[in-house]
Amino acid sequence: MLVLAAGIVAVGAEWVTGNASLIVSAVMLVAVVTIIWTAFVGGLDTRRALAPYGLLKPGILWLSLFFLAPLWSMLQMSLSSKQNRFDFFPSFSWEWGNYTTAFSDYGAQFGRSFLYAAIATLFTLLIGYPLAYVIAFRGGKYKAVLLGLVAVPFFTSYLIRTLAWQNLLADSGPVMSVFNATGFTTVLEALGIITNGQIMNTPASVIGGLTYNFLPFMILPIYVSLEKIDVRLVDAAMDLYSSASAAFRRVVLPLSLPGVFAGSLLVFIPAAGDFVNAQFLGSPNTTMIGNVIQDQFLRQLNFPVASAMSFVLMAIITVSVLIYAKIMGTDDLV
Amino acid sequence: MSGVESTQQRTGRRLVNVAAVLGLLYLFAPIVVIVVFSFNKPLGKFNIVWQGFTLENWASPFSDQALTDALFVSLRVALISSVIAAVLGTMIALSLSRYRFKGSGAVNLFLVLPLTSPEVVLGSSLATLFLSRGVDFGYTTVIIAHVMFQISFVAVTVRARIRGFDWTLEQAAMDLGASPQRAFWRITFPLILPGILAAWLLSFALSIDDFIITFFNAGSLVTFPLQIFGASRVAIPPQINVLASMLLFLSIALMVGALLIESRRQRMIASGALKRKK
Repeated sequence: MLVLAAGIVAVGAEWVTGNASLIVSAVMLVAVVTIIWTAFVGGLDTRRALAPYGLLKPGILWLSLFFLAPLWSMLQMSLSSKQNRFDFFPSFSWEWGNYTTAFSDYGAQFGRSFLYAAIATLFTLLIGYPLAYVIAFRGGKYKAVLLGLVAVPFFTSYLIRTLAWQNLLADSGPVMSVFNATGFTTVLEALGIITNGQIMNTPASVIGGLTYNFLPFMILPIYVSLEKIDVRLVDAAMDLYSSASAAFRRVVLPLSLPGVFAGSLLVFIPAAGDFVNAQFLGSPNTTMIGNVIQDQFLRQLNFPVASAMSFVLMAIITVSVLIYAKIMGTDDLV
Repeated sequence: MSGVESTQQRTGRRLVNVAAVLGLLYLFAPIVVIVVFSFNKPLGKFNIVWQGFTLENWASPFSDQALTDALFVSLRVALISSVIAAVLGTMIALSLSRYRFKGSGAVNLFLVLPLTSPEVVLGSSLATLFLSRGVDFGYTTVIIAHVMFQISFVAVTVRARIRGFDWTLEQAAMDLGASPQRAFWRITFPLILPGILAAWLLSFALSIDDFIITFFNAGSLVTFPLQIFGASRVAIPPQINVLASMLLFLSIALMVGALLIESRRQRMIASGALKRKK
C-alpha cells in the first residue's frame, strides 16, 4: 500500500518521466489487480487482513499527493533557477545559490523568527500553566464551562483577533493609556521594550500577538495531562510532610511534563512560521521568516529562494523538535 | 488534604487563582474590543479609534458586498472540505484503532507530520506543486489544501475519542446474525458518531479560519480571511467586527446547545441505567 502511494507520488511529482513513468504505472496497475484478486479469491480471512489498508488508502493517498509530493517539488524548486530572464518558471539546475541567498540576505529574519517564537512559547507557558492548573484541580463542576471559556475567543477569526490587538495597543489605546498614567512607560522605555512612546511596531507587540494567538495550544495539552493526575498522589506527599510547593515541584510538575512538551511544540512551530502578527503588529524591523517567504513567493515570484527558505525552516524545526524530544525524554507527540 | 493551611499556603493558592483570572481576562480582552468596536462610528477608513456609539453597522451587516461574498466562499469551502476530510480521516482512525497491522507506526508518524509542519511550508510547497503541474488556482486548489491539513486533525481527534471502544459489541451483533456491514452501521457507527461530529466541526472551524495555507493556494479566489487581510491595508469597515461578533455569538450558542444536549443525554442514560438495575 505504502509502495503504491510512493509510486503515485513518484509519477505525480515527476521524479520519473518518460518511459520510466509508464513502467511504474504498469507495475502499480499489476499491484492493484493482484490485491483485488487476492481479496476476491482469498476469502474472508484475507479480506479481513486487507481491511485496515483499504480503510487507510484514500486518506493516505491524499496526504501523499498533497503533503509529501509537494515537499519534493519544493526541494526541487529550491535547487532551480531561471535559465533566462524571459522564463516565468525556473527549471532544475542544482542551483545551491538559493540557499546561500536565503542565509546571507535573510539570516536576521531566521534568527528573529526563532527568538520570537521561543519567547512567545515561554510566555504561553507562564500564562497557560496556572490557568490549566486551576481548571483541572479547582474547576469542580465548572470544568467544562471554564474550558469552554478558554475556547470562546478562538471562535472569532485569527486575523480579526490580531487586528483587535491593534486597537488595544494603539498609541491612544487602553494599554498605552494605562502605561502612561502609571508612569510605567518610562520604565519600559528604559528597558527598551517601548520605543518613542509606542508599543505598536516593536518586537514586544509582535511577541505579544504570537503569545496571545497560540495560548490555547499550550493550555489544552497541559490541562489534559494535569487532569489525568491522581489527586491522592498529592495527598500522599502531604501526608509524608511534604510542603505544598515541594509536592507540586516533585509530583505534579513532573507528571504534567508531557503536556508541557506537547504544548510547547504546538506553540513554537506555528509561531516560528507565522507572518500575520509581524504584518499587523510589527514594523519592517520585526519581519519574520514567514513574511519573507510570503513576499518572495507571492510578490517577487522568486519561487526558488522562497522554497529554499521554506526548506531550511522545516529542517531547523524538525531538528530542534528531535533535540527537544531527546532532552524531554519523550517521543509522544499526540 | 489536611484542613489546616498555613498563611503561606493560602497566599500561594490565591496567587495561582489570581494568575488564572488574569489569564482569562487576557484571553478575552481582544474579544471585548471586537464586540465593542462593532458599535463604533469610525471617522476615516480605519476602525481603530473609538469615535462614538452607533447601531448602524448592526443594521446593515451585509452592506460590504465583497466581505459578504468572501464569507459565503469560505462557508462553501469549509463545508465541502470538512465533509471530505471527516470521511477520509475517520476511515484512517478506524483502521488504526480497530486493527493491528504492519506499518501502523509509520502511518501514525505520517499523520503527525502535517500537524508539526509550519503552515508557510505546507502552503508554499503545495503551491509549488500546483505551479509546476500548471494547475489553475481557485476553488479546487483551496479545497484540496484544506482537506490536506484537516485529515490529520480528524484522524487524531476521532482516534482519541474511540480509544477504548468495545469492539466486542460488533462481534456480538455478528454472532446474532448481522452481516459485518450491518453490524458496523447499526452498532459501531452510531456509537462513534459524536466523536466524528466533533472532529467534523473542528475541521469546519479550521477551514473557515485558515489564512496562511489559503493565501498561497487561492489564486484570485477570495475567502473571508483573505478579504480581511486585503482590506486591512486599505480600509477596515466596522462590518468586519459585526460579522465576527455574529460568528462568535453563533458558535457560543452552538457550544452551549451541545453542552445542554450532552448533559441531558448523560442524565437520560444514567436514569435508564438505574431503571434497568431494578
